[in-house]
Amino acid sequence: MEFNGIREIASALHTKEISVQELHDIYHQRQYSKADELNCLINITPELAKQQIQSSQALIDSNQANILTGIPIVHKDLFCTKDHHTTCGSRMLENFVSPYDATIVDNLNKAGMVTMAKANMDEFAMGSSNENSYFGAVKNPWDVTRVPGGSSGGSAVVVASGLSPIATGSDTGGSIRQPAALCGVTGIKPSYGRASRYGMVAFASSLDQAGVFARSAEDCSIVLSKMCSYDAKDSTSAQVKQEDFSKNLNQSIKGLKVGIVSEWMDSLPEDIRNTTTQAIQKLQDLGAELIEVELPTAHLAVSAYYVIAPAECSSNLSRFDGVRYGYQCENPVDLNDLYVRSRTEGFGDEVKRRIMVGTWALSAGFYDAYYLKAQKIRRLIAQDFSKAFENVDVIAAPVSPETAFEFNAKKDPVSMYQEDIYTIPSSLAGLPCMSIPIGLVNELPVGLQLIGHNLQESIILNVAHQFQQITDFHKQVAEGYYE
Amino acid sequence: MNNKTSSQINWETVIGLEIHTQLKTKSKLFAATNTAYGASPNTQVSFLEAAIPGTLPVFNEKVLRYAIRFGLAVGAKVIAKESTFDRKNYFYPDSPKGYQITQLNQPIVEHGTLTIQDKNGNDKIIRINRAHIEEDAGKSVHENYANYSGIDLNRCGTPLIEIVSEPDLSSAKEAVAYMKEIHTIVTHLGICDGNLQEGSFRCDANVSVRPKGQKELGTRTELKNINSFRFVEKAINIEIKRQIKLLESGGKITQETRLYDADKNETRPMRSKEEANDYRYFPDPDLLPVVIDQAYIDAQKQYIPEFPAAKINRYTQELKLKVDDAKIIAYDKPLSAFFDATVKQLVKAEPKTAANMLLGEYSALLNSKDALIQDQNITDIQFTGLIEALAEGKISHKIAKIILEKMWASGSSADDIIKQEGLAQVSDSGELESIISEIINNNQSQFIAYKEGDMKMFNFFVGQVMKQTKGRANPAQVKSILEKS
Repeated sequence: MEFNGIREIASALHTKEISVQELHDIYHQRQYSKADELNCLINITPELAKQQIQSSQALIDSNQANILTGIPIVHKDLFCTKDHHTTCGSRMLENFVSPYDATIVDNLNKAGMVTMAKANMDEFAMGSSNENSYFGAVKNPWDVTRVPGGSSGGSAVVVASGLSPIATGSDTGGSIRQPAALCGVTGIKPSYGRASRYGMVAFASSLDQAGVFARSAEDCSIVLSKMCSYDAKDSTSAQVKQEDFSKNLNQSIKGLKVGIVSEWMDSLPEDIRNTTTQAIQKLQDLGAELIEVELPTAHLAVSAYYVIAPAECSSNLSRFDGVRYGYQCENPVDLNDLYVRSRTEGFGDEVKRRIMVGTWALSAGFYDAYYLKAQKIRRLIAQDFSKAFENVDVIAAPVSPETAFEFNAKKDPVSMYQEDIYTIPSSLAGLPCMSIPIGLVNELPVGLQLIGHNLQESIILNVAHQFQQITDFHKQVAEGYYE
Repeated sequence: MNNKTSSQINWETVIGLEIHTQLKTKSKLFAATNTAYGASPNTQVSFLEAAIPGTLPVFNEKVLRYAIRFGLAVGAKVIAKESTFDRKNYFYPDSPKGYQITQLNQPIVEHGTLTIQDKNGNDKIIRINRAHIEEDAGKSVHENYANYSGIDLNRCGTPLIEIVSEPDLSSAKEAVAYMKEIHTIVTHLGICDGNLQEGSFRCDANVSVRPKGQKELGTRTELKNINSFRFVEKAINIEIKRQIKLLESGGKITQETRLYDADKNETRPMRSKEEANDYRYFPDPDLLPVVIDQAYIDAQKQYIPEFPAAKINRYTQELKLKVDDAKIIAYDKPLSAFFDATVKQLVKAEPKTAANMLLGEYSALLNSKDALIQDQNITDIQFTGLIEALAEGKISHKIAKIILEKMWASGSSADDIIKQEGLAQVSDSGELESIISEIINNNQSQFIAYKEGDMKMFNFFVGQVMKQTKGRANPAQVKSILEKS
């Protein structure tokens, strides 16, 4: 039994074609049979689901259900779930049980969604291949010898392989868009401040943003509308009204101005460039007007990002000291030994690398040359985008310079960091952006990035939805998944 | 080469103080956690203070108002329209996040001043460099745990303002005077309870010496966490002595943090330079800049009280109080509130009369009852009634004291007590004359002695009159009648 999106599932539930329990049994069965080979889940949480299944069925039975009542969801394992493990893909938090729910988890619970599992991820959301998880690498269902992208690789794979219709993710420099592209699903990161960061374990506070994976822009818009809210518990939360992001989906995009960064297009390998150009052509077919835009500072984005994000992470991850919770080394001889060994043994290599880089960048004598300069570049990039959006409504761009690559293909960290050259600029500017599937290259999915101006989620979702009305790329699935 | 022998060098001391003032807010700086002192360890700790993953700070706006009030009170040139928070990174178990949230680059208050008296009694202006908002750390508990340390996070996240002076202080005495003046300001503003014992008001002192006339500052040491006015003076003096002795014997001062040991009356290094931390300050990305407009600042002005220095001026100039009395009243916030309320209601009486009664009989009564003036066992209205009755000559000073005690017990007004107890002063000349002539008649020999010039007998007769009238006779009138008799 397969559903074409949330609306169909909701309709089946509301007409009693299927019960919430039966629906979840289907997904649980798939999770138990497929999750291990893909290694996309860290914990399956039937005890979390049980009560939510009952209460959502009761709502359906009393005709009080909304579209998300009873719909399954998997959360990336950096969103705190009350009384349940929240590992961040790290040995450091392997046994950490959160005493509270993240605001976005709470919002989605209240909307009636049922939490089924926690998804695997790169440790503390640091990585572009999901090879950095303490719980092992996640495999791409399109080719299990290849990576799914990262850091929200588990979430992308869960949706790509049909283990859940919806998954949450987080995106700091591309961690939703890149795995969405590499796994052939739709993924959106809203504007910085749209979704509360309360209860999302921090990597780089000024960049971290929660988002959604689904099989379509429409499903993304439905879930995102309930996930986002102003939250007084997060001081950086945007003080804007909750918005229905699906309201513009069916608008025609005729006359809409779509910006193209030709420098980025030119830098793509030919096969990915062709696929991307064809997708952009489709937007033109829908009546959109293509306009060249320039982002003169964007080429500095990766460098700036790899100063700012590690700097913030070096401070954010200081709390993992082996004292109050989390991994603690055995038989520490003194306080310093407790700190050093707990952190040495509890963190993986990439996390330690970034803590070291960030610590160094913030050190006396280097601060001005690195951190301050990076912040300046960040402001310039944001200005570049503001200027571009004076002339266009949305920017269409590549997501990744390549399709899913093989495990251990990138041993040099810097080459891995280059994976994010097209996703980092919009992250630094705090803009809403998403990835939609636009076809296959050598049997592997390629994504198109849509970037909107600040708080213009509904515009990029509108473009994505219109694109998905005339294409079937988002319905393509890897062989062997989905029955 | 300096040819002067060491004993010829006149040393000059330079001191700057950093005062940590705990703000008297109900909840912590970034969470709605209770701040009350003295709770069982780790009972006032939220997820934020325990640094549970995913938690975020939310700024307590009351702290902003308190900090601005301090800025206004010290005439700060800058109360920042945009103020930002920075992280100071270091590992220590009493700071579970691994960093302290403080203000490095854009503190809320800058460039204030304060006036103290130097050793010659002249006014000396001390510049305040800045006052910034920051969070307090928890406490390490080293007693009771063999081989371990305990951690109490109750204090963690309590709001502080750190008040940093310029190095304008020239002696330990001046440092104490400055510290006391800051203490007066924050307690009179009501933003700090001022309790040094509980650590609500703590001081670090930066101390250096240099030959008199030298421009450059000497190498300074920082004395940490001195928790009484007395120890500040002692610690600074012992440190000055140590530095001079070291320099005169050809040594060099090491820039370091030193701890004052009150038991041994000595300072000793706390951490050496090798262990010096690089705090890696950077703007806290979890907190937006605090943006304030002028109206917000202006709204805080109504909370700035008249401070003791101004009060002393007013009491001595306008109300004609003695300087010593003015000082006692002015520095005692509840006492001066009571006095000011009384003075406002006075009609015939002089403020001085009220001050005398307040510092004399009423203070004695309060002491004997172990009570506080702010408890208003006697209200300022009752007290004013008493002072007025005294000024009008309705009662004598002696009777006033009796009425004060009766007021305490009954809560009645002075006039009611005078009426009910028949305590009105006898000022009727006819009545007094007849009482006096009766006494003279009964004490003829003494009267003759008085007439012959024995002034002891004059006092005898006054005493007899007072005895007869139970102290209600108007003494001045008694005197004048006796003199004429």
